[in-house]
Amino acid sequence: MKDILETTSGTGKINDEIPALLLSETDDVATLLSSAEKGALVRILSGGRVLRAADAIPLHHKIALRPLSRGETVLKYGVAIGRARQDIPAGAWVHLHNLESFLDEKSSSLDLHTGVDTVRQYE
Amino acid sequence: MTSWTGYLRSDGSKGIRDWILVVHTVECARFVAERIASGEENVCCIGYEPCNDNDYAIRLLLALSRHPNAGGALFVGLGCEYTQPRRLAEVTAASGRPADWFFIQDTGGTATAVTEGKRRLTALRERVEKNRKPVPMGWQDLTVGCECGGSDATSGLAGNPLAGRFFDRLVDRGGTAVFEEMAELVGLLPELQRRAETPEAAEEIRAAYENMERYCTSVRQYSISPGNFAGGLSTIEEKSCGAYAKSGSRPIRGVIRVSERPPGKGLWLMDSLPDPHHMQFGYSNPHDTEGLMDLLSAGCQVLFFVTGRGSPVGAPLAPVVKITGNSGTFRKMEEDMDFDAGRILSGETGFDEAALELESLVERICGGERSKSELLGHREYAIDCKFQDTGRPRRC
Repeated sequence: MKDILETTSGTGKINDEIPALLLSETDDVATLLSSAEKGALVRILSGGRVLRAADAIPLHHKIALRPLSRGETVLKYGVAIGRARQDIPAGAWVHLHNLESFLDEKSSSLDLHTGVDTVRQYE
Repeated sequence: MTSWTGYLRSDGSKGIRDWILVVHTVECARFVAERIASGEENVCCIGYEPCNDNDYAIRLLLALSRHPNAGGALFVGLGCEYTQPRRLAEVTAASGRPADWFFIQDTGGTATAVTEGKRRLTALRERVEKNRKPVPMGWQDLTVGCECGGSDATSGLAGNPLAGRFFDRLVDRGGTAVFEEMAELVGLLPELQRRAETPEAAEEIRAAYENMERYCTSVRQYSISPGNFAGGLSTIEEKSCGAYAKSGSRPIRGVIRVSERPPGKGLWLMDSLPDPHHMQFGYSNPHDTEGLMDLLSAGCQVLFFVTGRGSPVGAPLAPVVKITGNSGTFRKMEEDMDFDAGRILSGETGFDEAALELESLVERICGGERSKSELLGHREYAIDCKFQDTGRPRRC
């Protein structure tokens, strides 16, 4: 986690590639600094690796850097932020539909785009 | 050496503002108290809603009345409630601050009580002004608290790490820093313990962490909300990594609880979670205003509020400096946001440069410049009923 300051600085957009931040060498995901259309090229800012977005990915959301198997622990900041709910291909959008907290059961019932609870009744 | 003019209090602390508080001791007295404070320069209104008797709330009311930025207080009660304005005024007066109180039921109806309150406030203001002791003040006299809310993924990439960088510099110059949100440190116990200054601090951190885990499990509520998810955060563990970044990198000296001042300089972790056997009562952090009140209760003269998605809130007593790591949010809510840390993500500036810029803003605010929420008149407050041990025999 001590690496955040070094990896975050100086992260302007390069050509038509979407810049993405990798916070720790061991991470399975990177954070997009612009939104990506499906098929867009995403450049990982430290290391310079480029991969193709397998989904449309919103601004500041995460892209999978490698294929992840169902149940596998997902790292960001070098820390376990949850586990894969299903197999996730490299380049996929990683969010509520395919990543779950180890503790918080609620997030799986939320709307993927707005985060709003879809189960609760307002009557 | 950086210095500005502050106000010396009898406990040795120094304030950067000299507020007079009007405090209602029950919801029933709120309207009258707010009317008394309305239109008055340098006066803000806070108070407690329930009619019941709660140690935590009394400690919090007294911590705020004796805050370094508070010069005096007028307590307004209805007359039926458990919380006693006379006793609050006595303790406040014993801290060297002019204080007064009255009950609405002893005075008359709404208009009569407001007139009486304004009369008392005028007299109190004269005493506060006579009591004022301007002194030079610097970083070593300053306690800054940091809270994050309305977080998105940028909070953990730019906003919070920048606040952390500021904290490091403040601590290195002999100042004091407080970070909070125990419920947003999920998964980070080893990391926190690694940074504990002493084995005692590591033990305090472990106890507070385990209490947090029990609390969150039993209420089945984690400190993450729809806006956080929409902003790119997928789990409480991920949000926690970003929230933790506001602590910077200096050793953690120990854990303080609500209404405790840090017992020394350096970096402290604030725990505001209720005690285990009272878990069925109270919320951990119902909203950001409660978090800001926790930090105020520790005597923070300046509050940082890091918010990726944006928030209009401010606080009584202390300037809130709102930092966003999201330049889009800054543009959209510029009237509320004090600092655009999103420029770090776009490459326009770096952490070192931004930290100096933030420091210069804080210095100006300490010297009297108003933060955005101060200028807009934000004075949101919340004093909840909660149960938290201080080592004394526990009562409801």
